[in-house]
Amino acid sequence: MNAIDVAGLTKRYGSILAVDGLAFSVPMGATLGLLGGNGAGKTTTIAMLLGLLIPTAGSIQVLGHDMASDRFAALQRMNFSSPYVSLPARLTVAENLRIYGHLYDVPRLEHRIGALAAELDLTELLGRPAGQLSAGQKTRVALAKALINRPEVLLLDEPTASLDPDTGDWVRTWLERYRAESGCTILLASHNMAEVERLCDDVLMLKQGRIVDRGSPTALLGRYGRDDLEEVFLDIARDRRAARAEAAT
Amino acid sequence: MKPAFRRVWGLLYRHLALYRRSWPRLLELAYWPVLQMCIWGFTARFLAQRIAAAPGGSIHAAALAGAALLGGVLLWEVALRSQMGVAIAFMEEIWSRNLGHVFVSPLRPWELVGALLGVSLARMLAGVLPAIGVAYLLYAFNLFALGPVVVLFFANLMMMGWAVALGVISLILRHGAGAEALAWSVLFGLTPFAAVFYPVAVLPAPMRALAFMVPASHVFEGMRAALISGVTRWDQLGLAFGLNLVWIAAATALFAYQFREARRRGALLGIGE
Repeated sequence: MNAIDVAGLTKRYGSILAVDGLAFSVPMGATLGLLGGNGAGKTTTIAMLLGLLIPTAGSIQVLGHDMASDRFAALQRMNFSSPYVSLPARLTVAENLRIYGHLYDVPRLEHRIGALAAELDLTELLGRPAGQLSAGQKTRVALAKALINRPEVLLLDEPTASLDPDTGDWVRTWLERYRAESGCTILLASHNMAEVERLCDDVLMLKQGRIVDRGSPTALLGRYGRDDLEEVFLDIARDRRAARAEAAT
Repeated sequence: MKPAFRRVWGLLYRHLALYRRSWPRLLELAYWPVLQMCIWGFTARFLAQRIAAAPGGSIHAAALAGAALLGGVLLWEVALRSQMGVAIAFMEEIWSRNLGHVFVSPLRPWELVGALLGVSLARMLAGVLPAIGVAYLLYAFNLFALGPVVVLFFANLMMMGWAVALGVISLILRHGAGAEALAWSVLFGLTPFAAVFYPVAVLPAPMRALAFMVPASHVFEGMRAALISGVTRWDQLGLAFGLNLVWIAAATALFAYQFREARRRGALLGIGE
């Protein structure tokens, strides 16, 4: 069974077509990257996968649950992290984790918070207000919140945005290890091509709401004759592949 | 604990933790009701002195006028604090940019509403009980001397406040931050029709018809009957309760519609911006 099945997914705002007939599947335990420029439809797609946004057309199944009719059953087994969604700044890290532990009905919550804090190097920060943390510390807290319910599907929207290279690498290493240990399915939207190349089994290249290419990072590099995904991204964003093919003829 | 109750408790805990950590927020809860009570208490005392001193005036009539004024102030605060409690608790989530996490959790919209009502009840009690204490200590006015019927007055005014608050949240879902100001002001607009300080009979006929539709007007008619005649006006309480059911049903339908529309329009992604 696939963890995520998307068919004909479309979102239209009036005359603007934000997402245009996306169809893809993510096998259990795989990591899928969503790549695309600003306005390509990544965030809209993630919002629809989370039930935050009702699609204009199409269907989404997460862990066998239809998001149109049974989204709460799926949400219980998913979680989400984004640097653009905050946690209450005045509450301590422990209080924030406790809130989400209750919302996700996590058993033995205090034990779970302690274990996550130890894993993510947050133990010293549990009593600190979330608003007083550095960007790197906030990212680790956001990850702890996203993992509080041991999600089977994890949606990450630019998880290392605004982090220094060292902290970004720490997060990526941690995600790799977590996926290997838990078998969690991850959907990752990112502008960091090195991150996508390192973490993702499969990549969807989005442009103007459509999938313009897909494949493993290795397959995409080979197909475009490039050494890194950043060049592939620019080829797609600027239609350079067609221009190169034209120049070659 | 059942998962649904635990999710409601999760949000209640979020607000309790916030208040525990923020004395300005705690102070604000009681500040306005106590200030109102002080101002209206002295006003009532002044009016009572003038009535008692007037030719043909009696101390009893003066005391009743003062009591009606103070009772009105205290009970109207119940409706105001209940409405603001729900609306402000919802806006706290917007201000902390936390709604995205809340709405992608398994928390059902009705559990969210349940938690907001719980926060509102706690906020209302934290605001109104000190004002009731001040009324007793400074002006020897005991609201609870009206008897157990006070509980029914409280319940009806809370229900009305909650119905209005659900309407306000619906408008915030529809219009975003632009509708936030309504959270502070909307119930004040109903004050003339709520007959807080005067009987409905003194209103012009068209306003009387509107006042009839406002649950609070029946509560305050009942309060004055209890104060002046010592009787419980079950007819007025029944009307207030019936109207509240209609208001809450309408507000619930509006909230459900606007929540779904917000999900359709993508408004939950950028609410408050």
